[in-house]
Amino acid sequence: MALEKITQVAGKGVFVPGNDIDTDRIIPARFMKCVVFDGLGEFLFYDVRHTPEGVPTGHPIDKPEHKGAKILLSGANFGCGSSREHAPQAIHKAGFRAIIAENFAEIFFGNSTTLGIPCVNAAREDIAKVAAAIEKNPSLEIVVDVAALEVRFGVDKIKVTQRESARDALVNGRWDAIGDLIDGIPAVQATAGKLPYMAAA
Amino acid sequence: MSAQPKSLFEKVWEAHSVRKLANGQTQLLIGTHLIHEVTSPQAFGMLRDLGLKVLMPHRTFATVDHIVPTNELVEPYKDNLAQAMMDELRKNCAQFGVTFFDRSTGKQGIVHIVGPEQGITQPGTTIACGDSHTSTHGAFGAIAFGIGTSQVRDVLATQTMALGALKVRRIEVNGKLRPGVYAKDVILHIIRLTGVNGGTGYAYEYAGSTFDNFTMEERMTVCNMSIEGGARVGYVNPDETTFAYLNGRPYSPKGAAWDEAVARWKSYASDPGCRYDDVMKIDAADIAPTVTWGINPGQGISINETIPDPAKATSADEKAGIEEALAYMKLPAGAPIKGTKINVAFLGSCTNGRLSDFREVAKFIKGKKVASGVRAIAVPGSQIVALQCEKEGIDKVLAEAGFEWRAAGCSMCLAMNPDKLIGDELCASSSNRNFKGRQGSVTGRTVLMSPVMVAAAAVTGQVADAREVFSVANN
Repeated sequence: MALEKITQVAGKGVFVPGNDIDTDRIIPARFMKCVVFDGLGEFLFYDVRHTPEGVPTGHPIDKPEHKGAKILLSGANFGCGSSREHAPQAIHKAGFRAIIAENFAEIFFGNSTTLGIPCVNAAREDIAKVAAAIEKNPSLEIVVDVAALEVRFGVDKIKVTQRESARDALVNGRWDAIGDLIDGIPAVQATAGKLPYMAAA
Repeated sequence: MSAQPKSLFEKVWEAHSVRKLANGQTQLLIGTHLIHEVTSPQAFGMLRDLGLKVLMPHRTFATVDHIVPTNELVEPYKDNLAQAMMDELRKNCAQFGVTFFDRSTGKQGIVHIVGPEQGITQPGTTIACGDSHTSTHGAFGAIAFGIGTSQVRDVLATQTMALGALKVRRIEVNGKLRPGVYAKDVILHIIRLTGVNGGTGYAYEYAGSTFDNFTMEERMTVCNMSIEGGARVGYVNPDETTFAYLNGRPYSPKGAAWDEAVARWKSYASDPGCRYDDVMKIDAADIAPTVTWGINPGQGISINETIPDPAKATSADEKAGIEEALAYMKLPAGAPIKGTKINVAFLGSCTNGRLSDFREVAKFIKGKKVASGVRAIAVPGSQIVALQCEKEGIDKVLAEAGFEWRAAGCSMCLAMNPDKLIGDELCASSSNRNFKGRQGSVTGRTVLMSPVMVAAAAVTGQVADAREVFSVANN
């Protein structure tokens, strides 16, 4: 299965401030009553983007100047809570292709990587720098360089980090492991054969 | 014993490692795969798209829990979307040959209650489920991962997933818990200490005399909420308590195979002197009945403390966090949490929806009444829990007190079924998450606590100290 080598993502950015933005906030549970992921994009951050009466609150991702943004910036512990892949799916379907945050919750990070969405960590001051540049010029192109582990914007750049296994998988086009895992099935059978509980009843 | 002492995590990891992948991750065998209706349909869809089968249907078990109505037993359900998810799971299980604990089997329930109940959850195994509370199964000395839907697909198709090893933190709790303090308080206390992301990158090994003396159900309550502190995995080393619980359950080994299994299970326990990446020690006597005041499970205080004041915060971050939480919770800074008016009391969830939880509540609430104006619901975690409660008359005790006794499911823990908060109702809840909007209303408020504390809140109409309400300290 040939996958795209994701070495960099370039596009407009949008800053969604806050720490501990949990997956219930990214995609409220009521929108998970579905058997396909299509259509989740419009419900991204739904309850923050709307009042209880359904009136738009002017959330950053709804601002006209941020329309078409591909890079999402946020705070610490982004994606904490539930394991729902609906969260990165909603982010992806809303058009985002990379996330910059101080750090990420474990399961969310893995789910995002598997969808080919690079999640890179940056220092808070650096995120603030990028956010300030976006505020000044919302059309500014932000380049998340996964290969070089830096984010470039205008004449400026910041350093970012990413777990090596994820970086390797993204830049080498093996972020979705299914092909590799299938190749390993004979070895899987051998490992299972050594474990009595794996035997067919 | 091998020369190099190893932790349970390392032993189970090694026994299930298939091979190293090119990016440095491990292809890890997942011995037991548990699935439910919310995170599996897309995975089955991907299998169909790729023309793949379920590699080991005999190691895959399904139940329905998140969307099932708890006051509606006859299909089709009024909620078309819920019915569609039910139909999809039934179809997928039939087509791919997966055992499904449907409502008609009498074994349906929350996936993390069903696995242990059936004896499917066993020591020294690896378990995965598309649900972050899968860490619950670690109570048996299993390494149990919450996973996303693409990984559900991976496990269905290959019985493995790609994963990097975790560090291991031993959390030792020693001593006897004070009267009125429960396993729920232990985990809320731990998360309060570590914060909601203090466990990122770690598997937790819970140990110490407090855990040694815990029942399996108490161990499950603690392991269940590991993820709320950021740890993907939490486990307790298997011991006689574990084996006694499993003995005779439907999927437990029988006869000679049982003795072999017990010997093998014992061998997985962490070796004395093994290395841990971190160790944390807690004195059980320091743990009080704990409740949350904010919008994440790390924002907890003991029942006798006051709600944090942003003016006293030690950092700008903490100040902003407190302000955001108090604005949402509509609670006054610096006031006692005790006495906060509640509207709803919820007993249930994969954290606290087991037989021992309902028994404990029934013991104290017998003869008392839910305060007027409080909506109280009790939702057993499985049909088997429900049946046993009904045999013991617990359902009647709760109903006489004013709780609605419901059918098994996740219910108001995440409100994917009709059980929801309305407006900014405040719920005293035995569940696991107090995130904004978690219980089904975008302005709904959740205060997490132990089941007995929920009972105390229900009868007084406010966040209360169960030790006072039920004279626990004198028992």
